[in-house]
Amino acid sequence: MSPGVDVKTLVIDGKDVTGRSGQTILEIARENGIDIPTLCHLDGLGDVGACRLCLVEIKGSNKLQPACVTTVFESMEVSTQSDRLLKHRRTILELLFTERNHICSVCVANGNCELQSLGQSQGLTHVRLPYRNPDLHVDASHERFTIDHNRCILCTRCVRVCAEIEGAHVWDVMGRGIDSMIISDLNDPWGESSCTRCGKCVQVCPTGALFDKSKVGEAHPKYPDFLPYLNLMREAK
Amino acid sequence: MNLEELEQIAESVRQENARFDYEVNVCMGTGCLSRHSDKLKDALTEQIAAQGKNALVRRTGCMGLCAAGPLVLVDPDEILYQHVRSDDAGSVATSLGTAPVAELQCNLRDHFDQQVHIVLENSGHIDPERIDDYIARDGYQALVKALTEMTPSEVIQQIVESGLRGRGGGGYPTGLKWGTVAKAFGDTKYVICNGDEGDPGAFMDRSVLESDPQRVLEGMILAAYAVGASKGFFYVRAEYPLAVARLSACLRDARRRGLLGNGICNTPFNFDAEIRLGAGAFVCGEETALIASIEGRRGTPRPRPPYPAVSGLWGRPTLINNVETFANIAPIIRNGGKWFASIGSERSKGTKVFALTGKIKNTGLVEVPMGIKLREIIEVIGGGVPDGHTFKAVQTGGPSGGCIPAEMLDIGVSYDALLKIGSIMGSGGMIVMDDTSCMVNVARFFVEFCMTESCGKCIPCRAGTAQMYKLLTRICDGSATMDDLDLLIDLCDTVKETSLCGLGQTAPNPVLSTLKYFRNEYIDHIVHKRCPAGVCSIQSPAEVTA
Repeated sequence: MSPGVDVKTLVIDGKDVTGRSGQTILEIARENGIDIPTLCHLDGLGDVGACRLCLVEIKGSNKLQPACVTTVFESMEVSTQSDRLLKHRRTILELLFTERNHICSVCVANGNCELQSLGQSQGLTHVRLPYRNPDLHVDASHERFTIDHNRCILCTRCVRVCAEIEGAHVWDVMGRGIDSMIISDLNDPWGESSCTRCGKCVQVCPTGALFDKSKVGEAHPKYPDFLPYLNLMREAK
Repeated sequence: MNLEELEQIAESVRQENARFDYEVNVCMGTGCLSRHSDKLKDALTEQIAAQGKNALVRRTGCMGLCAAGPLVLVDPDEILYQHVRSDDAGSVATSLGTAPVAELQCNLRDHFDQQVHIVLENSGHIDPERIDDYIARDGYQALVKALTEMTPSEVIQQIVESGLRGRGGGGYPTGLKWGTVAKAFGDTKYVICNGDEGDPGAFMDRSVLESDPQRVLEGMILAAYAVGASKGFFYVRAEYPLAVARLSACLRDARRRGLLGNGICNTPFNFDAEIRLGAGAFVCGEETALIASIEGRRGTPRPRPPYPAVSGLWGRPTLINNVETFANIAPIIRNGGKWFASIGSERSKGTKVFALTGKIKNTGLVEVPMGIKLREIIEVIGGGVPDGHTFKAVQTGGPSGGCIPAEMLDIGVSYDALLKIGSIMGSGGMIVMDDTSCMVNVARFFVEFCMTESCGKCIPCRAGTAQMYKLLTRICDGSATMDDLDLLIDLCDTVKETSLCGLGQTAPNPVLSTLKYFRNEYIDHIVHKRCPAGVCSIQSPAEVTA
């Protein structure tokens, strides 16, 4: 073992795995083919631990911890699939589906939506909570892209990619609580903002909230895989 | 500055005061000021001069009994006058040296005798904007003692021995927190005083900052010395203009006296502090959100660990303590940790300041030893529920706390006991409710508060509190079914377990505690379509089905 590399052994869902010191539970789980659902996490962006879907149980602690920001320690025992976690995940997805207006059949991201896929994989067949049906607007002022706030889940991937990778920080969050909104610049129309038109935010958006105008009416898969590559190339320089 | 110089200042203040036969203390806290105690003070000064009495009229901080304001305390006879108007200034001046004004006199021995004042020992006795007044009451002796005779680890040892726990609500052992920050690596460390008091009905920190700001500063400087910090921030909400003004004056005076800045008390220890104003977000009382706010970012919490003790303000080790916690430090260093540990209950030491509000006779600020029965606070100190109504519940801990019913009033106030019965100690808000309060409506009020104050970062708190509010509204207007109640309980469980910060994790507490102790009120609303307290306007069954 080379000096300076500290290896930890731990157990995730009964499976013995190893990881380097400083790695997160999520990284190690995915390296070992263990699926932990995520929405706000995206490889290549800083983590905020906001969506709470990746919460896991750690033996010895009653508190649930987000796998995306919790680093591993020696002899850690992690459980990612308990009934308690599955119930919470379904309820969180339910909260998202009822928060704004998510109607898959008329959404540009239908079939390519992370929220939709998660609903299916987590067995969310119906919602029990009342729909809030908020009255939200669509900003189509940009020449290439559109933001439909009805489909936004406030994961802040767009905010982070714009600030961290593009370095423009056009997007941010306005207001608080249930009234939080993604805004460009100081709540200016997107088309009149300081946007560099790079389109990174559209590619990282997990739902149909940010989309390319030219893709309306056809399949609109997103390709966020460029991020780790971009980071690697920048670091290699 | 050394002990002799402090003694000289104290002596000169005493000599100055001794020139007067009487000291007339006028409360000029926010509560009494709202009833024009500033004009009263001017009138008293004028009348005393006109009548040729040899008396000092002094502006002071809160005297505690806010319900009876404006308050005037005449020393050395310790006569307390209540509801004093400017017109009464003449009779108060005449009474000096003769009989007290009977119709203004406040005789609430029970209210004051049961209290133990440590944090509030100077409140109502000193001019909050005169540092010399504070020094004359043993102020800054603890600092001089610590800087000249004690090592930082000895200071921490005293705090550990005292058993002091964080007064902001969580109850984390203060000594342990200080020890962690002291051990953290880093040449730059910060100390923050959390004065972002936001619980509905709570005003302890505001009153302490308004009445005795030097005490809080001394606590902070001692903390900085103990953990090795060189810079401090007071984070105070902008809604407290008087507290901010008095704190600014306090920092200015301390700098002039060489108690703040470079080479404090002629030792190599450097420390300075400044004020940062909160813009009104409740969540900025959460430590990581508070740090983000000081850094100039959007005030949202982040997951912990890393804790601020390791990586806080600008990534440096940071100590965050509440106003009241810092206010306890100087007496502990002065009298020793063992003295403090002798007060209070087994695992909760010292005293706690509560803001007693709601349906209670003696609204105001009280400081009681830990372990005192809730019943004693409410019935003896608080004077009970007024206007012939009956007591129903007391809410502690603000929106994170719970409602405690009458049958639980005989428990002693401590962090653990309150947690056990589904509430929390919290920062010290104590709202008393009588039979005119609907507990479902109370729960809805607190959930609405959490909903509007949620930062919106994590889903369970942002959307969960909004859905809880929606379901509670259904119950209140009589359109809910028993399924809605099950759904509400289920939702509370998820919001509690999965939210990112304390705001969301504790937001269901008011619902869960009212469900635990007042479930029949929920059933009355849902099944019998009636509100027992007559607060909620429930439509008749016909309208509901229509």
